[in-house]
Amino acid sequence: MATQHSRTAARLMISPAVILLLAWMIVPLALTIYFSFLRYNLLMPGTEAWTGWTNYYYFVTDPSFTDAIWNTLALVGGVLIITVGGGTLFALLLDRPMWGQGIVRILVIAPFFVMPTVSGLVWKNMFMNPVNGIFGHIATSFGFEPFDFFGQAPMASIIWIVSWQWLPFATLILLTALQSLDSEQLEAAEMDGASWLNRFWFIMLPHLARAITVVILIQTIFLLSIFAEILVTTNGGPGTATTNLTYLIYVQSLLQYDVGAGSAGGVIAIILANIVAIFLMRMIGKNLDA
Amino acid sequence: MGRITLEQVTKSFGEVDVIRPLDLSIEDGEFVVFVGPSGCGKSTLLRLIAGLEDVSSGRIEIDGQDATELPPAKRGLAMVFQSYALYPHMSVRKNIAFPLRMAKMDKAEQDRKVEQAAAVLNLGDYLDRRPGQLSGGQRQRVAIGRAIVREPAAFLFDEPLSNLDAALRVGMRLEISELHKRLTTTMVYVTHDQVEAMTMADKIVVLRAGNIEQVGSPLDLYRRPLNEFVAGFIGSPKMNLLKGAEAAKDNAATIGIRPEHIGISSDGGEWAGKVGVSEHLGSDTFFHVHCDGMAEPITVRSGGEVDFHRGDQVYLTPDPAQLHRFDDKGLRIE
Ligand SMILES: Nc1ncnc2c1ncn2[C@@H]1O[C@H](COP(=O)(O)OP(=O)(O)OP(=O)(O)O)[C@@H](O)[C@H]1O
Ligand SMILES: [Mg+2]
Repeated sequence: MATQHSRTAARLMISPAVILLLAWMIVPLALTIYFSFLRYNLLMPGTEAWTGWTNYYYFVTDPSFTDAIWNTLALVGGVLIITVGGGTLFALLLDRPMWGQGIVRILVIAPFFVMPTVSGLVWKNMFMNPVNGIFGHIATSFGFEPFDFFGQAPMASIIWIVSWQWLPFATLILLTALQSLDSEQLEAAEMDGASWLNRFWFIMLPHLARAITVVILIQTIFLLSIFAEILVTTNGGPGTATTNLTYLIYVQSLLQYDVGAGSAGGVIAIILANIVAIFLMRMIGKNLDA
Repeated sequence: MGRITLEQVTKSFGEVDVIRPLDLSIEDGEFVVFVGPSGCGKSTLLRLIAGLEDVSSGRIEIDGQDATELPPAKRGLAMVFQSYALYPHMSVRKNIAFPLRMAKMDKAEQDRKVEQAAAVLNLGDYLDRRPGQLSGGQRQRVAIGRAIVREPAAFLFDEPLSNLDAALRVGMRLEISELHKRLTTTMVYVTHDQVEAMTMADKIVVLRAGNIEQVGSPLDLYRRPLNEFVAGFIGSPKMNLLKGAEAAKDNAATIGIRPEHIGISSDGGEWAGKVGVSEHLGSDTFFHVHCDGMAEPITVRSGGEVDFHRGDQVYLTPDPAQLHRFDDKGLRIE
């Protein structure tokens, strides 16, 4: 019943919601952009003045900026590889009928419900701590030197913690996708003489392609803004080893009280995120159409 | 070659016995059709032969070799599924070539065989399309093509035509029969369509609740059903089965008479009754006649020109030579 009349009515009805959402988004965005062009330091109130592109210039030329970009890429890439690979593996395992399937599935999903700060702290203090952590204990009991995870391999440790959190999400989506695969296709392939590996490669993986795409898209958006895990474990260090873009903005605006530079960083982050998003959509859009 | 022998094969899913001990032999080159009501185990039996399910006990031989423990790929059988089970992300060409590719056949040979199969099945124009871009009948043909290229010892079909519309079904039915004549490969075919069973089969196997009720040629089953179940199952419209006083007159627990073996007239005959529903098919007319003293209406088939209306008084006369008699266990009395 898409008559002219009903369409106008529908537009009228949803307009309050749309306007509210728009305002919700536009106001902070406009303010951030506005601040990014001001000299605005909380330690020197009352000295706000228009500075043009200076904030951007200093943010981008700061050596920690390049580090932050690389760290962000490493973090996103590392977590994506681990979660997509591991998620596929878990989905394949959970798809098989086994005893206690319901419980195992809930256990696998569980990490997703743990708050980022909590999981960061649990991993830091109970597992990876060289003195108190379980890994340290295991190492000592076998007569090895305990490994200082956050000191020796800070980025890898963060990647590990974040992967642990996101693995359930990937597993869940991939498992659902796998269950929607027509079993007759697998049987047909079996009769056609395909080994398990062949069936995985030629039947299951193409079927999963779309779900993997969705996992990559959604996770990338969230992984670009990882913050809590870094704050509670390494504080961006040692040096700038685990400072990603989000954390750098935090350091600028709240530790150095430089709202102007922080805002400039925010705007840069928005632009970068959009570039990544467009790039992903392009790459993946093809996949989704097919 | 494609001789398949089942000896005392059973299959249970947990507590449920789906296939009771069952013996069956399928000769090389035969077209065997499994029919039976829904849930009687036709698909299960086919899947046991294919190796997609393990037997609970018993032995399966293919060409004299024990195949009970062989994995599906090693049995040399090809299966066409009801859902076609084509690989959606591969072109028709790749779909058909898939079994050859898995067998690591060289590329030129693969291409030659695919072209050959495509020519047989009129798929030449569609080779580069995806299955999603094909009609139901074309998909069915691709599925058959994928089975043909393997040159299997036998083809297994599980209700391959049930997703097609009536006209296409008739066409595909002929094509499959044609294919059987040309390849002379054993075919095992599951259906619950009477017409498919009667027209295509060399041998029909009637199943009920995991038991074989009767095995025989289509006309054999039609003319001499061994029990009441087969009598009622084969033939459309169904055979009239009468119990009680009428049956007792013929010294049987049940008598059966096919609709075409009953004469109908307005003047006089053995059973008096009133016409209920009549179905005019043009060439034939089926009358459902409510006879005095009988619980069920009797179906009568007559020529299309015979004209009776609802409520008309009519008389029916069964042909005594075509009467089937069954004892109280439902078995045929000669
Ligand atoms: N995997 C399974 N687990 C448990 N029971 C099953 C399984 N597969 C089939 N059955 C049961 O076995 C019986 C026979 O099933 P089958 O699919 O062979 O019937 P069918 O004769 O092919 O029926 P239809 O004509 O409806 O396709 C059914 O009662 C079904 O519920
Ligand atoms: Mg079936």
